[in-house]
Amino acid sequence: MPPRSLLTGRTFMEFSIPAYCALIAAMGVLAYMSAKRRAMHVAAGTVTNEISRSFHSRPNFHGVFAAGLVTLLAFGVMIGGVIAGLPGWLVIALIVVLAGLAFAYTRTTIRANFKARNVVEFAIKSGLVICSTIAVLTTIGIVLSLLFESLRFFKDVPVLDFLTGLQWSPQTALREDQAGQSGAFGAVPVFAGTFLVMLVAISIAAPTGLMIAMYLSEYASKRTRSIVKPAIEILAGVPTVVYGYFALLTVGPTIRSFAESLGASVPTQSAIAAGSVMGVMIIPFISSLSDDVINAVPQSLRDGSYALGATRSETMIKVVFGGALPGIIGALLLAVSRAIGETMIVVMAAGRAANLTANPFEAVTTVTVQIVALLTGDTEFDTAKTLSAFALGLVLFVITLILNVIALIIVRRYRERYD
Amino acid sequence: MANQPSIHAGVRALARLKKRRRSEAIFRAFGIAAIVFAMCALAWLLGSIIGTGYKAFYQHSLTLEVELTESILAPNGSRDPDTLRRANYRRIMQEAMFTRFPDIEGLSSADQRAAKRQNFDIMSTSGGPNYIRQMVFKDPAMVGQTITVRIPTSDIVDQYLKGNLNVDVPEVQRKISDRQIAWVKTLRQSGEIKAGFNKRLLFSTDSRDPELAGIASSFVGSLMTMFVTFLLAFPVGVGAAIWLDEFAPKNKAVDFIEININNLAAVPSIVFGLLGLAVLLNWAGMPRSAPIVGGIVLALRTFPTIIIATRSALRAVPPSIRDGALSVGASHVQAVFHHKLPMAAPGILTGSIIGMAQALGETAPLLMIGMVAFLTEIPSSLTEPATALPVQIYLWSDSAEQAWSERTSAAIIILLMVLVTMNGIAIWLRSRLEKRW
Repeated sequence: MPPRSLLTGRTFMEFSIPAYCALIAAMGVLAYMSAKRRAMHVAAGTVTNEISRSFHSRPNFHGVFAAGLVTLLAFGVMIGGVIAGLPGWLVIALIVVLAGLAFAYTRTTIRANFKARNVVEFAIKSGLVICSTIAVLTTIGIVLSLLFESLRFFKDVPVLDFLTGLQWSPQTALREDQAGQSGAFGAVPVFAGTFLVMLVAISIAAPTGLMIAMYLSEYASKRTRSIVKPAIEILAGVPTVVYGYFALLTVGPTIRSFAESLGASVPTQSAIAAGSVMGVMIIPFISSLSDDVINAVPQSLRDGSYALGATRSETMIKVVFGGALPGIIGALLLAVSRAIGETMIVVMAAGRAANLTANPFEAVTTVTVQIVALLTGDTEFDTAKTLSAFALGLVLFVITLILNVIALIIVRRYRERYD
Repeated sequence: MANQPSIHAGVRALARLKKRRRSEAIFRAFGIAAIVFAMCALAWLLGSIIGTGYKAFYQHSLTLEVELTESILAPNGSRDPDTLRRANYRRIMQEAMFTRFPDIEGLSSADQRAAKRQNFDIMSTSGGPNYIRQMVFKDPAMVGQTITVRIPTSDIVDQYLKGNLNVDVPEVQRKISDRQIAWVKTLRQSGEIKAGFNKRLLFSTDSRDPELAGIASSFVGSLMTMFVTFLLAFPVGVGAAIWLDEFAPKNKAVDFIEININNLAAVPSIVFGLLGLAVLLNWAGMPRSAPIVGGIVLALRTFPTIIIATRSALRAVPPSIRDGALSVGASHVQAVFHHKLPMAAPGILTGSIIGMAQALGETAPLLMIGMVAFLTEIPSSLTEPATALPVQIYLWSDSAEQAWSERTSAAIIILLMVLVTMNGIAIWLRSRLEKRW
């Protein structure tokens, strides 16, 4: 069954929206040209007759005013018509009539003292404000949708059980009579797995990224820098699904066969495989952020240190690093947030089954893996199983939000310190 | 004073100095090691992908004489489309292979069945019959004639010829039998099986059979999704950046918006997928798997990036430009739109292209809104089920067979080439058009 509109039950987009848009655009262009010509004509008349003072706004503002009013009204009618499910001919008739009326009104405004420019500029600024508030609306949308669905989940499963339970098996029923939907929803193994993969990733990315940043900012020649920096940034441009496939195809099997040669057994999907590839992905993130903060440390601090006879590495470690520390911590927090929220690598290389372990050589599952596993392929949205994905999403969002905000505040304060 | 030995010249001092120099060298070596590590990781990544993927760009195909026997295709002599659609093309192809290798006749009857099946399995068992069906359907007059066609070999034969199958193990453990190997060798020597550029990879839609699968449907799906994303994210992102940089008052509310934008840029992408699922699909009733939903979700993900890029481009334009415009009587809006914005355009475009490149590689949010459709047709509208190139890569990566991993890597190579092109254009734009003040 095709999806239907909320209000009318009609199938969605039964009308040809592009056709309406073309009509509206054509009317807008006509209105603009006509109003502009009219304004030029009237303005020419006022000058020759010397009746009143000259026009306040240039003709093209009158044109934009007319076009804007006509298109906005027509657009409103179109959206209203589509949502209310009016037949196509009626919508077109309404658009033409109302837009015609609006156009007739704009005719009367083409006179010297009408401040078309102010109106147009006010409209433009309002449009810009709306653009800016979309960011806030998106955040509100995320919070509300996650909260709403999570609350439905927490009606079935107590919050405390979710946050402290040690058993995670949402896909399978625990008892015979459970009708296959509510398994165990103790998310601790999932959180532990996320943390373990993140730890592996950060312990690879943090030292490497920091050393790269320090080397590039203090030792590298301009030429080396101009080659190495973009090369490192290629790592940041590779899509995560490619990293995931790399982990699955190459890194996982390599680690497994290496372990086998040592007499140990490591599964192809493991925290170490996913984490190390994720670490490589995060290197450019840490290195470019730390590069920025290291460069923000004033040269005078370095010069002072050199003047006392310190070597470059001593200056770096004891002076610059200390000065840049808040910024570096901010960068690391952002990297942690990114590692926690990363999805494709872990989906492809970490494993699906929940496993409470601190051993990185075992398969673990993460919050993002579970969200994907719970929500792909299933179109049923009212079971505890699918709703639990939103609860995990909420936890993920809250944790990354806290990390991001702390990091952003630290970085901002840090910048102000040396500005 | 001058005669006293300096504390910097004694034996201990020299030892100290040596130690300090050594730790200096070690530190430096660590720096180089870190760079080498990152570069090796990149080289390993690209090497392993290209190393497996390049083989999917060529494919073996079989030239075969096929008799379109009337008694099989249209026993009642009619040529109506319904009969032709339902006719047994598989049989036609089996007979064609059998005609090519008549030796099978000499085998015992039980052996003969297995041999016939293996014989037919040399070609793509669904691709071959389908190909003939389409030809006959287009030109029913062909029935009764004998034609020469080129059809792909099965993925097993293709893999064998590419040297990816280990044939040193006992016959029961491999996917290709001794008999098949012998036939394939004969066909290869006579030039009937030849390797050629794999057009299907680029121009075919998805398929259950690796030898027939291509990325066309997911590529078009990606293009559609990107179209919607750009249409939404670019104007909104640029608009928001202009307001924040030029018109916004300095107060708590604007501070809040700024923190919001910076935070949104760092929210995990999968959360945007959850938003799309809960709001766009479940609440607003938009169609599942559709490029328009994917486009909206990715637009929400991308526009903070565009805002950040636009703001830094706007800030790079010196204030004197705006002041000059204001001083000759332009309004604030005119000064921004007529002077500042055109000068910041290269930077804005560069940032937007990079943002779009990120969006193109995004997979997780699209999984959430169900853009995982298995498509044997190219989607033609924004509301039809579609999939995207990175999602296609994810779906293909699930199959462990060599033929699939080859194609997954090839799809990755194509995706990376598109991304490299986009980033190249961005860099070119920046170097060509950007002004230094």
